[in-house]
Amino acid sequence: MANHEKMWQELGLDVELHNELLKSIDRTFQQTVGAQKNRPEGMKYFDNVLHESHGGRVAELLDVKAKGNKVIGTFCIYVPDEIAMAVDITPIALCGGTNFSVPYAEKMFPRDICPLVKSTLGLAFSKTCPYAPIKNMAVGETTCDAKKKTWEILAGKVNFHVMEVPQKKEEPDIKLWHKEVREFKDKVEGLAGKKVESKRLAETIEIMNDKRRALQKLNELRKHDPPPISGLDALVVMQAALNDEPVRFTETLNQLNDELEERIEKGISPFTKGVKRIMIAGCPAVMGNWKVHWLVETSGAAIVGDETCTGSRYFENLVDETAKDLVGQLSALAERYMKINCACFTPNTDRIEGVVKKAKESNVQGVVQYILQYCHGYNVEAIRVDGALKQANIPSLKIETDYSEEDVGPLRTRVEAFLERLG
Amino acid sequence: MILNNSGLSDFRITDTGTDPLTNSRNILKDFKFDTIVATGYGRHLAKAHLGCPVITEIKAYALGAHSLFPQCRTVIDIGGQDSKIIKVKDGLVEDFEMNDRCAAGTGKFLEVMAHTLGYTLNNLGEEALKAEGSVPISSMCTVFAESEVISLIARGEQPRNIALGLHESILNRLMSMLGRVGFEDEVVFAGGVAKNRCIAALLGKRLRKKILIPQEPQIVGALGAALLSDKQRR
Repeated sequence: MANHEKMWQELGLDVELHNELLKSIDRTFQQTVGAQKNRPEGMKYFDNVLHESHGGRVAELLDVKAKGNKVIGTFCIYVPDEIAMAVDITPIALCGGTNFSVPYAEKMFPRDICPLVKSTLGLAFSKTCPYAPIKNMAVGETTCDAKKKTWEILAGKVNFHVMEVPQKKEEPDIKLWHKEVREFKDKVEGLAGKKVESKRLAETIEIMNDKRRALQKLNELRKHDPPPISGLDALVVMQAALNDEPVRFTETLNQLNDELEERIEKGISPFTKGVKRIMIAGCPAVMGNWKVHWLVETSGAAIVGDETCTGSRYFENLVDETAKDLVGQLSALAERYMKINCACFTPNTDRIEGVVKKAKESNVQGVVQYILQYCHGYNVEAIRVDGALKQANIPSLKIETDYSEEDVGPLRTRVEAFLERLG
Repeated sequence: MILNNSGLSDFRITDTGTDPLTNSRNILKDFKFDTIVATGYGRHLAKAHLGCPVITEIKAYALGAHSLFPQCRTVIDIGGQDSKIIKVKDGLVEDFEMNDRCAAGTGKFLEVMAHTLGYTLNNLGEEALKAEGSVPISSMCTVFAESEVISLIARGEQPRNIALGLHESILNRLMSMLGRVGFEDEVVFAGGVAKNRCIAALLGKRLRKKILIPQEPQIVGALGAALLSDKQRR
């Protein structure tokens, strides 16, 4: 990565601190993802996506900009990438998964907000996020209070657009969301200086649907006993999905899926048949954050599904590709994104039923509810999720934690005791 | 903890210290044994260096409490670092709840508070039982509670009354944990803090039932682990 130092300098990063950050993330990576045995060959590419996320990928985005095209930063999977891509804008997820940057956010922000928000802002505040100076616009949404108030602070400093994600899923709410999607189109058109054409939008919808189909396939392959890939590796793939160029990502994931099929045929797996199968449900685990997956899998179980924003919420449900004109396409996009069951909605019955359904489909013995500290929506909803799983005779364990390592000891005891209990 | 054919034959308790591995090896020198098993926070260190299997203290306490009190359905275990409520059925863990991050309301909390009040860990509970009234303590964090206790002393409150308040604050925390996981008869109270008579008395009063306390509450987990090891060996 040393060859990128000039680029970081030109971007105005604190290069020394940034090197410390990379070292810190790499150390965590080596202790968790890197320490695994019997990994698929195809993981090399996705490891590299993570390693180059502040290097090679940033250089690519600078090329994009050199051609006169724009880059936008996003913080949530509600933002319809397809529309931005249709006017040659590259969207990039800006969520932080490292504990390294948290103290830099705490200089300004209250301690009692979630580690994802703190990590993201800490990167920006400490001049260690290479995307901060690159992006032409940032797109926020209203999925939690901490984010909403953060956007107000950032809005004065950067070109900022906020999409209002409604809180219910009734007729007026759906109408509001359709309007938000149309407004987002106007916004990116203004930024790019060109109009969204129906033909180009059809292409970007297909690109993103292909990506979803590849991720769905990976999810299917994980249902095998034993799964051909660890949950930690599947997480790395899903984290890469939020950063990599989508067409290249899909091609490489399809190759990995082929390899996984071969591994299933040959009986190759990091696990043995009959391994205890666990699904993660709840909050996202973005790049830099491998904590809970690592804890569960180094305690002897396999994670075979992720009902999270990095997991199924990101790739389930395709955009209807049959719409003929722009109005129909925008409507199809709004419909698909409205199906995401974030805990910011009330009631959120579809999610609760979905957790049980997915747990059964992936044939898991238990569910670990992963809650980022201070994420009240998922934390309180965990009570109803636990109740629904109990009814289906699926035990669940709730883990509420941040990005730090201070609670790893007690967490390991809880995870192991939970696995012991599964028999 | 040493088990022979007729059951428990001997046990030793030593501080974990900063070198738990050497401490374990020193204890092992005194005994002959067929097989060993490790439980507790250092279990993986023991596994790596002594080559023994491990079980969590949660499963171990369930097994140990069940062997001492076969009718046991709920185990309350408060140790030096954490507190746990374990629901037990036929000696197996049915469900459990464990405090998350810090040592609030555990033995470590009592140790620091005893020091602040000028007592020892061993007479803290006895002194609290002699209190004429109770001074409520609002903080559960060891660091904050210590400042609170210091300001209460400065206000002229009686140390015994403050001590009772501290014990009651632990009970409040415990009761909410019990509320979350639920409990059934019989209730066994184990772990080092079960040696504190004040906590035991308050617990009985709050739950309005007789609480079963093992003669040696600190070794219930070791007993459970040894029993499992013996079972697996056969």
